Amino acid sequence: MSARDSDWDGVRLHVVTGKGGTGKTTVAASLALALAAGGRKVLLVEVEGRQGIAQIFDLPPLPYEERKIAVAPGGGDVYALAIDPEEAMLEYLEMFYGMRRAGRMLTKMGVLDFVTTIAPGFRDVLVTGKTSEAVRRRGKNGKRLYDAVVLDAPPTGRIARFLNVTSEVAGLARVGPIKNHADLVRGVMASPETAVHFVTLLEEMPVQETLDGITELRAAGLPPGGIFINMVRPALLPETCLRAARQGRFDVGELALGLKAAGLADGPADATAVAEALGAEVAEHARRTELEARERGTLEKAGRHRYELQLLADGVDLAGLYELAETMNNQGAA
Amino acid sequence: MARNVPVLEIDAILDDSRTRIVVCCGSGGVGKTTTAAALGLRAAERGRAAVVLTVDPARRLAQSMGLTELDNTPRLVDGTTGEGTLHAMMLDMKRTFDEIIEAHADPERARQILTNPFYQSLSSSFSGTQEYMAMEKLGQLRRSGEWDLIIVDTPPSRSALDFLDAPERLGRFLDGRLIRVLMGPAKAGGRSAFKLLNAGFGIVAGMLTKVLGAQVLKDLQTFVSALDAVFGGFRQRADQTYRLLQAPGTAFVVVAAPERDAMREASYFVERLAEERMPLAGLVVNRVHLSPADALSAARSTAAAEDLEARGEHELTAAVLRLHAGRMQLSARERREREHFASAHPTVPLTLVPAMPVDVHDLEGLREIGGLLAAP
Repeated sequence: MSARDSDWDGVRLHVVTGKGGTGKTTVAASLALALAAGGRKVLLVEVEGRQGIAQIFDLPPLPYEERKIAVAPGGGDVYALAIDPEEAMLEYLEMFYGMRRAGRMLTKMGVLDFVTTIAPGFRDVLVTGKTSEAVRRRGKNGKRLYDAVVLDAPPTGRIARFLNVTSEVAGLARVGPIKNHADLVRGVMASPETAVHFVTLLEEMPVQETLDGITELRAAGLPPGGIFINMVRPALLPETCLRAARQGRFDVGELALGLKAAGLADGPADATAVAEALGAEVAEHARRTELEARERGTLEKAGRHRYELQLLADGVDLAGLYELAETMNNQGAA
Repeated sequence: MARNVPVLEIDAILDDSRTRIVVCCGSGGVGKTTTAAALGLRAAERGRAAVVLTVDPARRLAQSMGLTELDNTPRLVDGTTGEGTLHAMMLDMKRTFDEIIEAHADPERARQILTNPFYQSLSSSFSGTQEYMAMEKLGQLRRSGEWDLIIVDTPPSRSALDFLDAPERLGRFLDGRLIRVLMGPAKAGGRSAFKLLNAGFGIVAGMLTKVLGAQVLKDLQTFVSALDAVFGGFRQRADQTYRLLQAPGTAFVVVAAPERDAMREASYFVERLAEERMPLAGLVVNRVHLSPADALSAARSTAAAEDLEARGEHELTAAVLRLHAGRMQLSARERREREHFASAHPTVPLTLVPAMPVDVHDLEGLREIGGLLAAP
């Protein structure tokens, strides 16, 4: 592996979580590209059956199969896998018990559906189990097949339970094969090769959930990673101007003159009207940046690496993912 | 350019005494709970005896309604104006589930179920149960007759549809042949099927023992047989609630943010509600970015900024124009998302709520949102 300067050297499994609406899947996809940059091989995994990866890369729905979906800047491949718990169960039965046909029978009778419904801990252990298998898998040369695995995980509110499979399963199975499997998976999740990253916006609720999530992970003995601050707007206006706007002292007259100079107004009255409307926009922006600064300060206190990802003005598309990946590489996230 | 999109008349819905239930649904992170709370407050201040059932509110939103603990009991919200009243509650899903078990099983069987590890996992896990219990609680509130309007916030499901499916799913399992297999030959029906099922059970039990371990299988069997005994009552309640949702007194409000994912979920939801013949009132699009200076386009704004920058004049104006261009660009993108939705669902009424710079902290904030929801 090339010795690159990244904050997460040695990490093989990057788990990405975040509150709904923060752009978790976008960040996971970009992180996979960023990690693959320069000739590495990365697997991007999704687990919630939403086909979010396919949508974001503009592909048909992904099967339960690892396939190459993108080429990273400077060479490097991103593979993707949509884990289906049912398929993962069949694979597990075959791998550990050589029972493929019997597994099909269980599925047909609805046993699997039933067990994973009434005991979501089992579902989680299948999904995290498949992920950790991919992390540990070695190629013919004895080296790890993937340089890194990125897991687009469930939202912040569920993340600790999702990763803390042992305790979830322990209530159901104190001994036996499931318990052993859960212990193995837990070992991977809690190892220094794993980092759980949080995606947030500079807004109160997602920031609070991020801090709560970090606390929860620590309590569960799981390794918190970095904080990805998503959809950050560029700072366009100088602080003095923002301060003035907050105090209602924004100079509309000066703006009106500028508008006239730019040929955007048909006369003084029009210039003033447009300037006032823009002034209202500036005031709102100023209030917002003030809140953002406060949330940024709150996040600093968490003492984790932080990365700021720019808002994609045209929405999330393939080009946008590469832009974000570059930002991540530049900031040392990958 | 703007299509003739019908307007979602919030006040007409809230004021209509025939409206008894409003269900807010949509994907996570779109402001569903805030919308539910704002609708409740507005209904109360327009004279209804309203109750808001929230599933997992953010702390400050809960505080804004005076809710401090998860106690499964509607609490009167202080500080509302007018004739009506507002109650609010947070769902305690485990307690709700326990209560159903206690109501439908004799004490001995109830104890068996409540202490079973599978029940404990099922009743405290996140997915599925929350949806089911929210619907159960809704049924209870409705039957109590204490409120003339119930507003329910659905759980932030992995899939927005889970809450419709949850009761059906549990029912399907307990009705199917799976349960006969798990519970062994005793439950097998006709004579001819007996042998086959018996043999089938042997194989299945053997596999399950191997994979799950004997104790887990035993717990599972105990749980299933105990649950089976109370399931008749269960299913009846779920069916009742489902019919309640289809009734004309119910209004589904789909909540979305003007982003691709959220709007796609909203589309899906609208289609699904139609399939299930659930009465859809319309779509609320939250966090919409509008501009007070929308006559000035992004393109003109950018061109003017470039011009000023090139001339090295009016630096501040140039910066403000850049800011405005970004805002207009965002606003145009959001409009495209809404138009996509509207062209796919031209008859679905819609209302917009502008993005607020600050989160809601108090009743005043909720009141403001309520006003924006109702504004044409």
